[in-house]
Amino acid sequence: MPVNTVLSVKNMSFSYGAMEVLRDVSFDVLKGDYIGLAGPNGAGKTTLIKTILGLTDGYTGSAELLGMERRNFNTWNRVGYLPQRVNAFNPLFPAKVKEVVGLGLLSKKSFPKRFNAADEVKILQTLDLMGAADLGDKLVAELSGGQQQRVFLARALAPDPELLILDEPSTALDPVSREGFYDVIKKLNKERGITTILITHDTAQIGRYANKLLYLDKRVIFYGQFGDFCHSPEMTAYFGEFSQHLICHQH
Amino acid sequence: MFHFLSYAFIQRAYLAGSFIAALCAMLGLFLVLRRLSLIGDGLAHVSFGAIALGLFFGFYPFYVAVPVALIASYFILKLTEKAKMYGDAAIGIVSSVGIAGGVILAGLSKGFNVDLFSYLFGNILAISGREVYLSLALSLAVLLVILVFYNDLFSATFDQEYAKLTGVKTDRINLLLTSLTAVTVVLAIKVVGIMLVSALLILPAVTALQLAKGFKFAMFLSVLAAVLSVIAGITVSFFMDLPAGAAIVMCNVLFFSAALLSKKLVR
Repeated sequence: MPVNTVLSVKNMSFSYGAMEVLRDVSFDVLKGDYIGLAGPNGAGKTTLIKTILGLTDGYTGSAELLGMERRNFNTWNRVGYLPQRVNAFNPLFPAKVKEVVGLGLLSKKSFPKRFNAADEVKILQTLDLMGAADLGDKLVAELSGGQQQRVFLARALAPDPELLILDEPSTALDPVSREGFYDVIKKLNKERGITTILITHDTAQIGRYANKLLYLDKRVIFYGQFGDFCHSPEMTAYFGEFSQHLICHQH
Repeated sequence: MFHFLSYAFIQRAYLAGSFIAALCAMLGLFLVLRRLSLIGDGLAHVSFGAIALGLFFGFYPFYVAVPVALIASYFILKLTEKAKMYGDAAIGIVSSVGIAGGVILAGLSKGFNVDLFSYLFGNILAISGREVYLSLALSLAVLLVILVFYNDLFSATFDQEYAKLTGVKTDRINLLLTSLTAVTVVLAIKVVGIMLVSALLILPAVTALQLAKGFKFAMFLSVLAAVLSVIAGITVSFFMDLPAGAAIVMCNVLFFSAALLSKKLVR
């Protein structure tokens, strides 16, 4: 794996029982890339991400993450993850924003996993970066969807990850908050060099931010620069000429 | 008026009851937030079977109940994970086996039905010196484990998937939580009995959740409500000649009602 390759997936296949979800998926992500991962419902996008993150097991093929085979990878503080449903937690849980952001730092801790003063500073700095410094002592359950999204992104960013993976982060956001959220991600990618993979249904919008598109429908339909997406014969074969024209017109 | 405090059995009841109630309150908070509130009920029912087993073979019942409840908690966890069923169904299965086993043993034996049924409602006022020491030792051990694994327990309760990603061994933490609950439930049977043990796990936790603005504060409130309920319940039961377990539970209900009311008034 070349030095600047952050993630290398080779011939990855995965099934839930008899249902095939991923078929022979291969792609490389380079340092500094901002990848939009798109595809229809049930295309295997979330499964692909969860497999890479070690949250789902039983795949065939290989995935090399930050220079190490995923099955042996254990420095999870190098990877930040924003899950699809950030409001999946129990709404009765009286967790403060600071406590939730601190969870992102647990991956750096060894037994008995105690937080120290430096961690407190890091939590506040990360909240400040997300424009959420004033939310630290509030309960997460009492925040709006947009505020919760920022808090959970802060949790993912707290350990200073090299790779950031976001699963449909804009679902709960209104259009204005969505633009703001995408701007923050782009800034992190550009200024801090954080390699980013963002799952989205909105190929038109992600085209304004990401430099590459991975279009998945169980297998890789297209992977390359955004500029090549509209002229790709694979995409034309997949969508048909008329639909392809419509998508690219929106883009 | 306070001469009753000089009675050794009252002192033992306050001491052991407070420790056990505090443990239930801490563990109950994790269980309620994980929607596993009824695991206490299930494990108490299993303990019924285990106590019957102990009485049947002439062993000290609590020495049988602790390992059996630990094994049952493991089965509940594995049924939930491996058999793809919700926790309530797994608790229901294990609970039924415990009750059925106890009833069969009671039917086979003609001599211990009175002893067995005394465990249904508990009697903290009759706790022996040996049981106080046992309760204190186990309580301190469970408390130490909670303190050591606090961040892992918090993380796995808040968001299991993310906890796993950050290196928390969620399988082990889940096993740890259910095992601690099993030991605590067996201890709590002495305080309120098999029928009411889940009240000690659930009521202080839901009382705290009405008012708390933070997890640690919720834990503090939960412990406070539990300990005050035990002290008030034992005192009321002494002066009014009421069953202590039921009085403790009713005090817990009063605290919960007060918390609910004050929350509504604040709004």
